Amino acid sequence: MGVSSGPLLGGDGFLTTKISAVANWGRKHSLWPMAFGTACCAIEMMGTFSSRFDIARFGAEAVRFSPRQADLMIVSGTITYKMASVCRRIYEQMPEPKWVIAMGSCTCGGGPFDSYAVVQGIDEFLPVDVYVGGCPPRPEALIDAVMKIQKKIENEGPPIV
Amino acid sequence: MTSPTEPFDQIREKISGYILSESSFRGESSFIVASASIVKCCSRLKNTLGFTYLADLTVVDYLTVKFPRYEVVYLLHRFGDSYEENLRIRLKVALEQDDPAIDSVTSVWSGANWLEREAYDMFGITFRGHPDPRRILMPDDYDHFPLRKDFDVRDRESSKRCFKRALDEGLE
Repeated sequence: MGVSSGPLLGGDGFLTTKISAVANWGRKHSLWPMAFGTACCAIEMMGTFSSRFDIARFGAEAVRFSPRQADLMIVSGTITYKMASVCRRIYEQMPEPKWVIAMGSCTCGGGPFDSYAVVQGIDEFLPVDVYVGGCPPRPEALIDAVMKIQKKIENEGPPIV
Repeated sequence: MTSPTEPFDQIREKISGYILSESSFRGESSFIVASASIVKCCSRLKNTLGFTYLADLTVVDYLTVKFPRYEVVYLLHRFGDSYEENLRIRLKVALEQDDPAIDSVTSVWSGANWLEREAYDMFGITFRGHPDPRRILMPDDYDHFPLRKDFDVRDRESSKRCFKRALDEGLE
């Protein structure tokens, strides 16, 4: 994108770009999270969404509990093998393009639950974009993860039309 | 003034026919009951002694520590007006290692339904006469009884297999 605000144009300026680049820029600042909260990390995620930390500043406040209306899956909480198939199906119901944040130690690697029932990291069955460690991570860490997703969208470039 | 043990003595007297022995730990008594008479014992406790609430039903696996291997534990509660009448008692039934089975108490307390399913799911105790004898937490096709002490608690192979099966079924 190129911006010009030269005096020849009366100071109003203009912007040259491609429609796909604008679409990507808009997408970056309008992530719609699908909150997949299964444990205590979900409480911290709610804190991140609410007024004190206010993830709306990054354009990701429109939380949807339907995967068909979301493009960012925040998996926050322990995932058991019984839940894993549900989690995978919900991921598959999300329209492309889509991203995944693994929030908390449990989703990243099983956390303290080295047991028969708990998945040792959701990357066993989901393509994770950003891992956020912590038990639970602070809201700042989740905001950082959202910013990293934004950076990733920016670097991926506009979608191929 | 009644002594705190008095209602307890009354209970002991009323169900003495079902009690094999009694053990005490830090002032709390447990009645050891024969597995054949557990339903009769429980219905008497509920219907004539007022133990309307089955607070918990669980199993202990002693493996090599104690013989017989399994012990089914019933925690019963009676809601009374006074402190002395508000009582909690504990019944224990010992079960053999091979094919452990016991009569279901769902006919006495319907709340035993899920508790017995959980006991079956985790320890493989069969409850005869249970209206719905399925697993409750683990997948239906799971291979093990995970809280048995001879099960390796880090063995995830069966869970993975059930997960793959659930995924394939979901995608059809």
